[in-house]
Amino acid sequence: MAKVTIDGFETEVPDGTTILNAARQIGGDIVPPAMCYYSTLKGSGGKCRTCLVKVTKGSEKDPRPMPKLVASCQTTVMDGMEVANITSEEVTKARAGVVEFLLLNHPLDCPICDQAGECSLQDLAFEHGAAGTRYEFDRRTFEKIDIGPYIKLHMTRCILCYRCVFVANQLTDQRVHGIIGRGDHAEISTYIEKAIENDFSGNVIDVCPVGALTDRTFRFKSRVWFLNPMDAHRDCPTCSGKAVVWMYGKEIYRVTARKDQNGEVHDFICNTCRFHTKSPDQWTIEGARQIDRHSVISQGHYSENAQTVR
Amino acid sequence: MGRKLLLEHAHVPGINTYEVYRKHGGYRSVEKALKSMTPDEVVEEVKKSGLRGRGGAGFPTGMKWSFLAKPEGVPRYLVCNADESEPGTFKDRYLMEKIPHLLIEGMITSSYALGANTSYIYIRGEYSWIVFILEKAIKEAYAAGWLGKNIMGSGFDFDLYVNPGAGAYICGEETALIESLEGKRGNPRIKPPFPAVKGLWQCPTVVNNVETIAAVVPIVNDGGEEYAKIGIGKSTGTKLISASGNINKPGVYEIELGVSVEDFIYSDEWCGGIKNGKRIKACVPGGSSVPILPHFLITKTAAGENRLMTYESLADGGFATGSMLGSGGFIVYDEDQCIVRNTFNFSRFYHHESCGQCSPCREGTGWMEKVLWRMENGQGKMSDIDLLADIAKKIEGNTICPLGDAAAWPVSAAIRHFREEFEWHVNEPKACMERNYGLVKEPVAAGV
Ligand SMILES: Cc1cc2nc3c(=O)[nH]c(=O)nc-3n(C[C@H](O)[C@H](O)[C@H](O)COP(=O)(O)O)c2cc1C
Ligand code: SF4
Ligand code: SF4
Ligand code: FES
Repeated sequence: MAKVTIDGFETEVPDGTTILNAARQIGGDIVPPAMCYYSTLKGSGGKCRTCLVKVTKGSEKDPRPMPKLVASCQTTVMDGMEVANITSEEVTKARAGVVEFLLLNHPLDCPICDQAGECSLQDLAFEHGAAGTRYEFDRRTFEKIDIGPYIKLHMTRCILCYRCVFVANQLTDQRVHGIIGRGDHAEISTYIEKAIENDFSGNVIDVCPVGALTDRTFRFKSRVWFLNPMDAHRDCPTCSGKAVVWMYGKEIYRVTARKDQNGEVHDFICNTCRFHTKSPDQWTIEGARQIDRHSVISQGHYSENAQTVR
Repeated sequence: MGRKLLLEHAHVPGINTYEVYRKHGGYRSVEKALKSMTPDEVVEEVKKSGLRGRGGAGFPTGMKWSFLAKPEGVPRYLVCNADESEPGTFKDRYLMEKIPHLLIEGMITSSYALGANTSYIYIRGEYSWIVFILEKAIKEAYAAGWLGKNIMGSGFDFDLYVNPGAGAYICGEETALIESLEGKRGNPRIKPPFPAVKGLWQCPTVVNNVETIAAVVPIVNDGGEEYAKIGIGKSTGTKLISASGNINKPGVYEIELGVSVEDFIYSDEWCGGIKNGKRIKACVPGGSSVPILPHFLITKTAAGENRLMTYESLADGGFATGSMLGSGGFIVYDEDQCIVRNTFNFSRFYHHESCGQCSPCREGTGWMEKVLWRMENGQGKMSDIDLLADIAKKIEGNTICPLGDAAAWPVSAAIRHFREEFEWHVNEPKACMERNYGLVKEPVAAGV
């Protein structure tokens, strides 16, 4: 076990835990934002740099501070380590810089984007970003692409977190999708635009932190905050069958996997549950889903009005 | 005349063939190492020599070698980094083209020291013709018994392969190189783990520059102590310098570390002075990513001491008034050259070469290029100068690999030393489209 102090809060975690996960154990405002790390996807993280923190004391044994800011999702704790996140001006400045970089080429088309209300980039910009931009050039754009019948790719909105690539690698039988090109012209591609066709491809939609990958069976049907998220399950031969159905009245508008308080999915669901099971009598509705996140979707407080309680 | 250890026989006709190379003492280091030394003894000689990595970072090679993990039953690899893509650096190309056997000899001796039975030369795709030169040399070495099974009856088996990249600067970064060698997209890995523990195919791996590996040959032949006698302090031995820009004699030179920068630029032995009798304006001493030096900090340090061609002296004064030896890409600018244009050019390169994994480098490099383009084309604003410095600062230190730093440093340094030139571009939009901002209007320190 290692004792670690983050912004003055102390916690004890097993050896090998990352600073980010230690912070998540403490919870609250001191948890660094994570746009690319995803605990259930092996190898993810390290890329977006929003989770940078300052290690002010390396460990009990070697108390020297680390010279550079480190990615908290990649750096493991040492016994006696002290970390500054929101209490370090160096960190908050660097993070504001990262947010500016992430938004540089982003289209800011939230008013017409399906992800609005449950978008990590929106939350990040709201909490850590500046009101204006200093960028005065044309933004990079891409054509929209249909990845098969269920998924739409808006590359223009992508922040290249690579999560969907890890899903394609780790969840699906055979990767038909990856990243081509370099730098700010790099893009998600299904090579020769081959449709992703396997049982778990729909999960790329849930892991995508922005509106770059959206559900074609739900596009433009409703804003997410008008819907009523309900925990539901069914007997599914392919996946756990545990999902969230998003209802409007008696109708199911969309189906997603369940996300935890960090916005991460632990039980990935299959495409049959997600795209083809939209009649309420196919599901056992457990009750209203509590959305812990600060996004607009939690503003409805449906759980308080819900008929059935978990 | 300085001693030459690597390029001594570079001009001998036919030195690229096995017979001529062997006649001039080639493969002696393999004989010596395999017949009379243990692998650890070879590593010890390299440690004694004080050799530092010639790929840019200058990390002590002997120490790097001793970090290599040696778990039972797991193969180890040596990978030669011949990706050489840093603007201003072309020394590895010269060495491989002229004396390919020197690299191969170095690979055998070094692999013996590290206990690697298979090694790779990862060469940049644009050096397509050198692939054939190396492959021909490797064939000759196999035929002569220097490669293959049980070399010279020593029981040491060794195979060597050449692997061309597809042409990406980022594949020179050692972990991106390893990814590429494994057949994947050349994205740098997140460290730790370092290659010494988990490198190629997740096995312990050493990545060294072409010149570093070649230098092992004279070190084993003459002994590490003999090598360490050349040079000054922690900068031992000889270094290949790629000299380019507005000088009379551009080319690749092997110098003894410790030559003065003034001699290197003005002596006929090396650069032969500034072309057309012009004055020097600036110098990038170690490849495009190191900070640029203004004329008054090139031959003298800020403290007024003679600046020498060593790791320490070129870095004297830190980034405020110094630079780095880097990979030895020595670029000289005369009084007519425009620093803003040069900085734009470098920025365009780094934008093009960023792998795009991490947001500061992916987005920041493109942004800097666009702002610099606008400035160079008479559309800049005064606030752009601080904006550029701020973007560079937000990239630096916050990225996965050092390419982000390499993109930021030239911009910060150009603004630090040539701010008035950036301001001139903003104030004189028409003039900056018509001509470069040279030294013309600037007072020049006496004697430069
Ligand atoms: C973006 C980038 C490009 C690099 N390109 C090269 C290169 O072309 N050749 C090289 O030898 N080292 C290059 N390096 C340095 C390597 O990562 C590594 O440090 C070097 O190969 C180690 O060899 P050495 O210890 O012999 O110098 C590069 C580093 C970075 C960050
Ligand atoms: S499409 Fe979404 S999940 Fe995939 S890399 Fe882009 S932002 Fe990440
Ligand atoms: S710093 Fe640039 S080149 Fe290096 S990993 Fe990040 S995006 Fe890629
Ligand atoms: S979450 Fe750590 S770098 Fe993206």
